[in-house]
Amino acid sequence: MNDKIQGKLKILADAAKYDVSCSSSGGKRKNVNKGIGNAEGMGICHSYTEDGRCFSLLKILLTNYCIFDCAYCVTRRSNDIKRAAFTVEEVVDLTLNFYRRNYIEGLFLSSGIFKDADYTMERLVRIAKKLRLEHNFNGYIHLKTIPGASDELIQEAGLYADRLSVNIELPTEVSLQKLAPEKNYEQILLPMGTISQKLIQSKEEKKLFKLAPNFAPAGQSSQLIVGATAENDQEILQLSDQLYQQFKLKRVYYSGYVPVSTDKRMLVTTQTPVIRENRIYQADWLMRFYGFGVNEIVNDTFPNLDLEIDPKLAWALRNRAFFPVEINTADYEMILRVPGIGVKSAKKIVSARRFASLSFDHLQKIGVVLKRAKFFITCRGKSLEHKDYSDQLIRRIILFGEGSRRNDLVKQQLSLFQ
Amino acid sequence: MYQYIYDGSFAGLLSTIFEIYDRKNWPDSIVKESAKQPCLFGQQVLVTTDEQKANRVWMGIGKKVSVLFQTNLYHTYLSEKPNAEMLIYQFMRLAFANAVNIEDNFAEDCVREIASTARQIFREKHRMEAFIRFQKTADNLYFASIEPDFNVVPLLINHFQKRYADQQWLIYDVKRNYGIYYDLIRVTEVTLDNSNDGKAGALQNAVLQQHETLYQDLWKLYFKSVNIQERKNKKLHLRHMPIRYWKYLTEKQIKPEDIR
Ligand code: SF4
Repeated sequence: MNDKIQGKLKILADAAKYDVSCSSSGGKRKNVNKGIGNAEGMGICHSYTEDGRCFSLLKILLTNYCIFDCAYCVTRRSNDIKRAAFTVEEVVDLTLNFYRRNYIEGLFLSSGIFKDADYTMERLVRIAKKLRLEHNFNGYIHLKTIPGASDELIQEAGLYADRLSVNIELPTEVSLQKLAPEKNYEQILLPMGTISQKLIQSKEEKKLFKLAPNFAPAGQSSQLIVGATAENDQEILQLSDQLYQQFKLKRVYYSGYVPVSTDKRMLVTTQTPVIRENRIYQADWLMRFYGFGVNEIVNDTFPNLDLEIDPKLAWALRNRAFFPVEINTADYEMILRVPGIGVKSAKKIVSARRFASLSFDHLQKIGVVLKRAKFFITCRGKSLEHKDYSDQLIRRIILFGEGSRRNDLVKQQLSLFQ
Repeated sequence: MYQYIYDGSFAGLLSTIFEIYDRKNWPDSIVKESAKQPCLFGQQVLVTTDEQKANRVWMGIGKKVSVLFQTNLYHTYLSEKPNAEMLIYQFMRLAFANAVNIEDNFAEDCVREIASTARQIFREKHRMEAFIRFQKTADNLYFASIEPDFNVVPLLINHFQKRYADQQWLIYDVKRNYGIYYDLIRVTEVTLDNSNDGKAGALQNAVLQQHETLYQDLWKLYFKSVNIQERKNKKLHLRHMPIRYWKYLTEKQIKPEDIR
């Protein structure tokens, strides 16, 4: 029996690992009635994978049997692999026992489609329900909805899950049709719409009546695969932008394609460079937290992100006319656009300058990366740089330093821009 | 030269500050009783801990600084840095002497050092919350032993009590030889006389609950399966999970030859 569960875990964790979302943030579930678990406040990374990703959730598939045949997916019907399926009890038991030992913050459950969509979705819901109602579990639960599942089941899922996700999978419907012929955008966007409506509705109800039932308090997210098909960054980011606007998604996750599939329909057989995935995430941040419009980041002239420099610096170099920005008088929005100044520093700048006019020294202490920022700002009308640099030169200096040593590429990849 | 000696408790330290103001004999050092050494020159003052006096000092400083910075002072005490007591004293003296709140005056060394010490403590607390691994014993106790860099055990109570309200647990600091125990009703401080459990790490198999090793194995297996081999990045891995924390981690209890 123990061997059996080990075998299942191995298969079903392995099959789930290409799914990138591991966030457990945004939970608001408190421990009530001396139950188990608490998902308030910030998420905790309990461990890190050897490729440096945080993991805080038990991320598994309920089963990797699937009636669909999506070319990019290891679980696809035509792939000759070992199949397994957990029972409802097994998942509940694993979750509780991992949680009690402080291994995890909660469960991220997804599944291949076994029999049909509703049959599978019903089981996912049952697991969440059991954890909540029978075991008084207040840890984090993220359920992935099964394409084609009924509205009722999706609505019920929202009662027990902290977050729901519907994966958009590929950046265009044409690609989806080619690689996942059993899927279509309508089938994906419909539940997204249902969830976003329910989210709004439940927020309204909460305003009127505090004890109104929760509906996925951590919102909904989606995921798309980058680099499995030929779409450029513009197409990808425009799609995300639409999803954010239309469905108020909390996050779109991007997963760089890892060539796990030998399916003939796959035209791409190389791995997506990690740096591309990073740049897309950075661009996504710019849209969500820095007030950038998608067309400012990518457009017909620049359909792809610059892999060498981050998109904020790239924008600044393309728009030198907006600079230099005077730190002591410029709007917050404009300060936020200066390379080398992050959200935190920008906030500190606007609050500190009410007391005294700021100098470069102050900026340094506040945490501004002057090495980058100095080309784009003035302080009390003065600039740190007296020469007039060309875009190309600034780019070179920032990339390679004033000396000649090349920046460690790893370092560059990791530090999301300031 | 004045050296004040206190019992090592936080209330003791606050009593000391009360005593200092009372005598107006400004200290050159403040030391724990356990760390005291004969003092050749100058005078030693042995302070008795007095909850009431301690409270007055604490309330007094509460009027001068924000709650957040008050917490920073407590965290600095928990850091066990050799100059922690003097830092706290210097800060309080500065705060009491000024009409305005000086906690943001980063030009003062003690303000900066207290803020940065408190940040270190907070990070360590957060790491413990993430990296503690419980093992279930045969009598249904979830046990974890730790050796934190700083004395953060008192700061863990709130988090773990909220999280594990329906299981008995014990978090034990083997370095400082005390721990916190939750008995399903409240958390109490405990000391085990028999501390031959030694270092942080695995309990003897004999005292473990029958299924404990199964879940440990399942967890290790899970840890192994979630890695994407194609994207291995050791540098990043180590930055997030420094090797000195591995001793706590069930998933890292693997044979040396597994580490490449
Ligand atoms: S439906 Fe999901 S699990 Fe099944 S093949 Fe497609 S992507 Fe894979």
